[in-house]
Amino acid sequence: MSSEKCPDCEALVSVPDDAVNGEIVSCPDCGLDLEIALAGQERTVKPVVLEKEDWGE
Amino acid sequence: MTTSIGLVYDQIRPDERMLIDAAKREQVDLKLYDTNTTPFPVTGFPNRFEITNVILQRCISYFRGLHVTATLESSGVLVVNSFEALSTAGNKLLASIRLANSGIPTPKTFLAFTEESAIQALDKLGYPAVIKPVVGSWGRLVTLLKDQEMAKSIIESREYLHPIQQVYYLQEKIDRPGRDIRAFVIGDHVVAAMYRYATDSEWRTNAALGGRVENCPVTPEIEEFSVRAAKSMGGGAFGVDLMESKNGLVVHEVNHTTEFKATVKATGIDIPGLLIKYAVGMTRR
Ligand SMILES: Nc1ncnc2c1ncn2[C@@H]1O[C@H](COP(=O)(O)OP(=O)(O)OP(=O)(O)O)[C@@H](O)[C@H]1O
Ligand SMILES: [Zn+2]
Repeated sequence: MSSEKCPDCEALVSVPDDAVNGEIVSCPDCGLDLEIALAGQERTVKPVVLEKEDWGE
Repeated sequence: MTTSIGLVYDQIRPDERMLIDAAKREQVDLKLYDTNTTPFPVTGFPNRFEITNVILQRCISYFRGLHVTATLESSGVLVVNSFEALSTAGNKLLASIRLANSGIPTPKTFLAFTEESAIQALDKLGYPAVIKPVVGSWGRLVTLLKDQEMAKSIIESREYLHPIQQVYYLQEKIDRPGRDIRAFVIGDHVVAAMYRYATDSEWRTNAALGGRVENCPVTPEIEEFSVRAAKSMGGGAFGVDLMESKNGLVVHEVNHTTEFKATVKATGIDIPGLLIKYAVGMTRR
């Protein structure tokens, strides 16, 4: 388990070792939904607007 | 030999992360199938597609889940939940019909397609009443119709939306306390239940809308209605929603690809672990 800084509040967000590209984690402090991006050894977290259901409800 | 099962998803949320971690704890080999990067052969490519015999289907998109389940089942894979369960529970009208046919108490409901016939239906149901999309979740577009004037304006606004929003599913408003019950059924049992409380500014109780949750003791009545409701959809794993009406419990909805994060927090029950064990059990059938 490693951690990354929440881009919004800078709290530490833990990233599982077997994290999947695109996986969603929530910031433990501010609750912001963050998407994990994996590129080689790089792991970054960025805010994400969760795509909910179809049909633009 | 370790057992392999699959997880089909469109996004790994905390719920799916809990499934991945539970599989590790149970020493089950969980293969991940990302619907964003996996093409699924439908016809013409027999035996070319390697996939586990049992799949947990967890797509957030209902339509993605429905189509991938049909495709997997056509190649002999057992999917939790089945296409039958998904297509029935995923449509509130079809679900109401199943519930009623199985003798499970459920709110009085009408189907209408025009403003004129909807108003007639609402006169029979009385105000306030509830209008719901036949497909959808998180309480979106579930609207309380307080009187005829409001009903007309809501129905008019639905005319600009997708045609599915012009299938008017109209229901009596159940006079219930400011909470409802979510019972999580896996196979033949309710494994956990929680109360979902509405916030003061909101009549709906959905956890996604910020409502508070709390453990709910599983009474024999909750157990019986919920398990029967799940069976009426064809069996599998479901989140059954019940309301405490003046005349006893009524089931108003059966969720098919249920989020369980809030239920785990409220009840302490290891729902992801139980789901993994349930899927493993299916590999031995
Ligand atoms: N007939 C009814 N009378 C009173 N309250 C209702 C009725 N039907 C639904 N509700 C309330 O409205 C809210 C949303 O309803 P419902 O569960 O049917 O919608 P949904 O979009 O399918 O949500 P979810 O799938 O997350 O449960 C719930 O809080 C429920 O208690
Ligand atoms: Zn934060």
